[in-house]
Amino acid sequence: MQLEQMYQEIILDHYRSPHGSGLKDPFDAESQQINPTCGDEITLRVKLDDAGEKVLDVSHETLGCSISQASASVLTDLVIGQTVEESMKVLAAFQEMAQGRGKVEPDEEVLGDAVAFAGVAKYPARVKCALLGWMAFKDAVVRVQDGKVEA
Amino acid sequence: MTTAQAPAGAGLAGLDPAVLRPDFAILSRTVRDGRPLVYLDSGATSQRPRQVLDAEREFLEQHNSAVHRGAHQLAEEATDAYESARARIAAFVGADPDELVFVKNATEGINLVAYAMSNSSIRTGLGPESERFALGPGDEIVVTELEHHANLVPWQELCRRTGATLRWYPVTDEGRIDVDALELSERTKVVAFAHQSNVLGSVAPVQELVRRARAVGALVLLDACQSVPHLPVDLRALDVDFAVFSGHKMLGPSGVGVLYGRTELLEAMPPFLTGGSMIELVRMEGSTYAPPPQRFEAGVPMTSQAVGLGAAVDYLTALGMENVHAHEMALTQVALDTLREVPGVRIVGPDSLEARGGTVAFVVDGVHAHDVGQVLDDRGIAVRVGHHCAWPLHRRFGVAATVRASFHVYTTVDEVAQLADGVRAAQEFFGTGR
Repeated sequence: MQLEQMYQEIILDHYRSPHGSGLKDPFDAESQQINPTCGDEITLRVKLDDAGEKVLDVSHETLGCSISQASASVLTDLVIGQTVEESMKVLAAFQEMAQGRGKVEPDEEVLGDAVAFAGVAKYPARVKCALLGWMAFKDAVVRVQDGKVEA
Repeated sequence: MTTAQAPAGAGLAGLDPAVLRPDFAILSRTVRDGRPLVYLDSGATSQRPRQVLDAEREFLEQHNSAVHRGAHQLAEEATDAYESARARIAAFVGADPDELVFVKNATEGINLVAYAMSNSSIRTGLGPESERFALGPGDEIVVTELEHHANLVPWQELCRRTGATLRWYPVTDEGRIDVDALELSERTKVVAFAHQSNVLGSVAPVQELVRRARAVGALVLLDACQSVPHLPVDLRALDVDFAVFSGHKMLGPSGVGVLYGRTELLEAMPPFLTGGSMIELVRMEGSTYAPPPQRFEAGVPMTSQAVGLGAAVDYLTALGMENVHAHEMALTQVALDTLREVPGVRIVGPDSLEARGGTVAFVVDGVHAHDVGQVLDDRGIAVRVGHHCAWPLHRRFGVAATVRASFHVYTTVDEVAQLADGVRAAQEFFGTGR
């Protein structure tokens, strides 16, 4: 059955008990992203260190399907504690895998649990779900770096 | 010209999808590892019978030429085919051929009316006769909360351009337009609403809405996208001013749709798109325009598509729209009955067949519509998930997304019954079944 390929146990685990769920204070920037095809929404907050080089915390509130919720959950595991530079590398690798139509071999060293989303790449309609949280993270980091701190 | 062959099921008492299905080759294919396709997404687009495909091919192989220009034989034949399609489609909805404008889809039809009003509002209409379409600050356009974005966004934009105000009828918990919740006024210029909701399946109280609009002198536009393909519709009897529908939702081709307008209105209305074919006289200093419907069909139009839509109308006419509607009501009953038995499923929209069409939307507690759709897809069942281009309506019901099953002449009871089994499988997969 193809279903298990897409909904791997890791994804279902994150979906049932998502990490980083619930918006937290303090934060440096917040980003809201919407999937216009289904109306799913994520609000994500980022807290960086004073130098703006390290990701101290990420929290989110996700109204969406299992894929978007699990993806945001895995994201928090992968980027909290990393440098901004490293987190952007993970983001790039995730995006490449998600948009690779199942033809990109994911690098488990970089992506960790996020390799579980490789199966999603075979379903073009679901790629946006997987990317929603990551796009919010990227946007929030850019907002911090641009000094556009929004409460 | 040959006319399309009648479908095999024509003339039977009622309608037997098993007899029709061989006309729809796509229905015999498999999906996702060899599973038979169960197509429950006809509300998004319907499948086309071979009679429609044959009509398009026959036109292209025998008569293809630009219509309304050229004096050669092919040009004559192409024009005859195009105008014959217009006449048959007009008869299908109780209109005169000159009241039908070919557009690419219903969305374009609504935009055509909105832009004609926009042009009238900035006094680039035809002359004094276009004044009746002019809008300004203080004027109102009224829609409903259940509209497809196609019958909402063009009016929002028209309001932005003219300073008019958009107002809307709210929707009741049962998914009906709450006609008493909004008072029209002398400033209401347009009332635009869906004949049948593309999400809930609820059928609007057209007579009552038209009566109220008439009482204040407002124009009425009917979005008939989900009604003309599924039930008998007589636009003149409904007494609306404008109506739109799309070919691809009624067994016809994509790229062709219809705007209906009462003759006296189309005659007074300025064009939207301009260019070739829609003119009367052109000088460097300026131009005058052809009478309708040509005034609204700039450029070489879609032709094989119009011919295909004519064949689709022949197909539906042979089946009988009363039969089509009765068939879809029987399917809807099965869908409602079987889904109701699944704990955790909530129907969004009317839970009975009263004033309702064959579109069933629902949510499943604890399982997002996308995830339900994915499990159904894995079983070969194609449904629509999301907000179905009716985002405000979903917001009204406090949900981000619903699962929508929709039917047509080829849908079988067995296919509809598989829906509830698929929903149970989704609940089991995500651990929410009871």
